Amino acid sequence: MIDFIRSLGRWGLDTLQRLGSGHLFLWYMVKGIPEVLLRFSLVIQQLQSVGVRSVMIILVSGLFVGMVLGLQGYNTLVDFGAEESLGVLVSLSLVRELGPVVSALLFAGRAGSALTAEIGLMKSTEQLSGMEMMAVDPIRRIIAPRFVAGIISMPLLAAIFSAVGIFGGFIVGYGLLGVDDGAFWSQMQVKTDWYDDVLNGVIKSIVFGVVVTWIALFEGYDASPTSEGVGRATTRTVVHSAFAILGLDFVLTALMFGEI
Amino acid sequence: MQKRNTEITVGMFVAAGIVAIFVLAMKVSNFTDFTDDAGYEVVAEFGNIGGLKVRSPVTMAGVRVGRVSNISLDGSTYNAKVTLSLYSQFNTLPTDTSASIFTAGLLGEQYIALEAGAEEEFLKNGDVLHLTQPALVLEQVIGQFLFSKAEGE
Repeated sequence: MIDFIRSLGRWGLDTLQRLGSGHLFLWYMVKGIPEVLLRFSLVIQQLQSVGVRSVMIILVSGLFVGMVLGLQGYNTLVDFGAEESLGVLVSLSLVRELGPVVSALLFAGRAGSALTAEIGLMKSTEQLSGMEMMAVDPIRRIIAPRFVAGIISMPLLAAIFSAVGIFGGFIVGYGLLGVDDGAFWSQMQVKTDWYDDVLNGVIKSIVFGVVVTWIALFEGYDASPTSEGVGRATTRTVVHSAFAILGLDFVLTALMFGEI
Repeated sequence: MQKRNTEITVGMFVAAGIVAIFVLAMKVSNFTDFTDDAGYEVVAEFGNIGGLKVRSPVTMAGVRVGRVSNISLDGSTYNAKVTLSLYSQFNTLPTDTSASIFTAGLLGEQYIALEAGAEEEFLKNGDVLHLTQPALVLEQVIGQFLFSKAEGE
């Protein structure tokens, strides 16, 4: 019994300690941002590996998600004779939910895991402590540029995802199922609001960008410097990011769209 | 060379993202609505607004002339007070313009249809529309129909 309580206490202390160091880490990263903006070439390099290399997966999955939405939505709407509303269905579900959420999940899997593995390996091969020896702050030189790159890429990727997805929905709706293209676009434009839907989706994706990159970088920085530790940290990045994205999505949706 | 390629691809990525947001704004959403100037606002009171919502369209002869900007309940008359914001290019509506709430299609969304009167003076910001016709509530209509049917027999 005492052992159980003790293990519970240790677990609590460990969790608190990790939470604390995670937030301290975030604070150091944020403090490093102004300096990074002055040396923007570092960020551009990271944008290449974090953002540009994620474009392909975002394009392909966005297109297919949009096409599936088109098919499924059509099958439901046609029963009510409302297949012209297909555009609204596709655009609202993509812009509000699927765009930010699915692209953030893909981003966590594609870019987040890579970031964790990279930082974790840098730590285990003592590159980070080497930099500290040379009085170069690794958080400012290595971590902060990646953080900024993640925040910049995420909304762009989500927007690409939504746009491509709507195009996919249009291909299926107009090309395959014969929905009237004029009604498709005009109903979409009437029902999709720029502030309430599009901008809130962008805000969501920025929040997800911050959280996913933060988790990925912290897990890498905090990984135990062994090959096993790096592997576990990478797994944790993907799992925790998925939890954080889906949980935060609920909170953000309730704040933005729910009338609470 | 390597660095140049990196910069080019990143530039293309950022451009693609901005184009996507632009497409979402222009093609998908009603962003163009907001580029109009605010126009002017008039108030109309209705006995029942049914399913009318903020941002529902306001039309005249089927042409969109504005949207509903606010809905509240008048505490003394217990009527719904609906603020219509009309685009400034439609500034020649007579003061005795009447407003009715209609439904687009059988189950579609509700909108306000304006009908011009015969007055010489034009509506200004803050004016009140006195001639209004409340929304038809389908259940009430069916109820009345059944009632009159039963009475007739």
